Amino acid sequence: MSFGPYASFIVTSYLAAALVVVLLIAWIALDYRSQKRRLRELEDSGVSRRSGRSATDIK
Amino acid sequence: MKLSDLANPTRFLSLTGRLLPYLAAATAIVLLIGLYLSATAPDDYQQGATVKIMFIHVPNAWLSMFVWAVMSAAALGTLVWRHPLADVAAKAAAPIGASFTFLALVTGSLWGRPMWGTYWEWDARLTSVLILFLMYLGLMALWRAVEDPSRAARAAAVLTLVGALNLPIIKFSVDWWNTLHQPASVFRMGGSTLDRAFLIPLLVMAVGFTLLFVTLHLAAMRNEILRRRVRALQMMQARASASELGPASPASQPA
Repeated sequence: MSFGPYASFIVTSYLAAALVVVLLIAWIALDYRSQKRRLRELEDSGVSRRSGRSATDIK
Repeated sequence: MKLSDLANPTRFLSLTGRLLPYLAAATAIVLLIGLYLSATAPDDYQQGATVKIMFIHVPNAWLSMFVWAVMSAAALGTLVWRHPLADVAAKAAAPIGASFTFLALVTGSLWGRPMWGTYWEWDARLTSVLILFLMYLGLMALWRAVEDPSRAARAAAVLTLVGALNLPIIKFSVDWWNTLHQPASVFRMGGSTLDRAFLIPLLVMAVGFTLLFVTLHLAAMRNEILRRRVRALQMMQARASASELGPASPASQPA
């Protein structure tokens, strides 16, 4: 597969898209873990929801 | 299950928890097929291989506007129906929409340099998309700046609906003004002017990126619901601490 004289523009476009998508996925995954950890810490310290259900129980 | 059941955050978390693995798998499969079709698409007789940038650029450009349209629908949900998940949906969509808009601008520049001889031109289409990107950043800043989520939700909803006026400007800018950017060639009266050899990979990539948006959006909405639970529990903890100090405590007396 040859991209001709403008290969650098084509490859950079696809790499930029891949990088941004990977960063988005990583940010969302890390944010999920962070929120779950904070909820667990709060529940461990004795705070619970008014409903009595666990805030981390989110199947 | 009724649609209104989704208004319950706990049910939403349960349903999306089951749905997300399938959505992620479908996204990966469609994007892989799209990448294969993009790689094997023939060169354009004028643009050569740079036409392959279109398969990334155009879906991101479409999604940059689609995500704002989704946020506008959510803004109506916040202002009119006060749907409990409406603001969650809008707030979760903003960083994803900003990313798609950023990619549309970057890949457009990388496509423009070999085809137009310049990375950037202050013409109507490019400038209106840059304004859209700045509006995404402004909305994200607004949500972070206002601590009370309900106040932030209303302000952000109004700003989102005002910003929606930019969508027809972006769409029709190539018709209303003389621009370097080409006019619409896929969704237009009289049908697409693109050859099937380019149209099929483009549409597959567009479906793949749309699935990616839906998947990331649902996951980000789940995070936002958890963030609000954290805030609610922290406030309960603070209230409990304050009541333990009692009314005679100097800390609880007004200055």
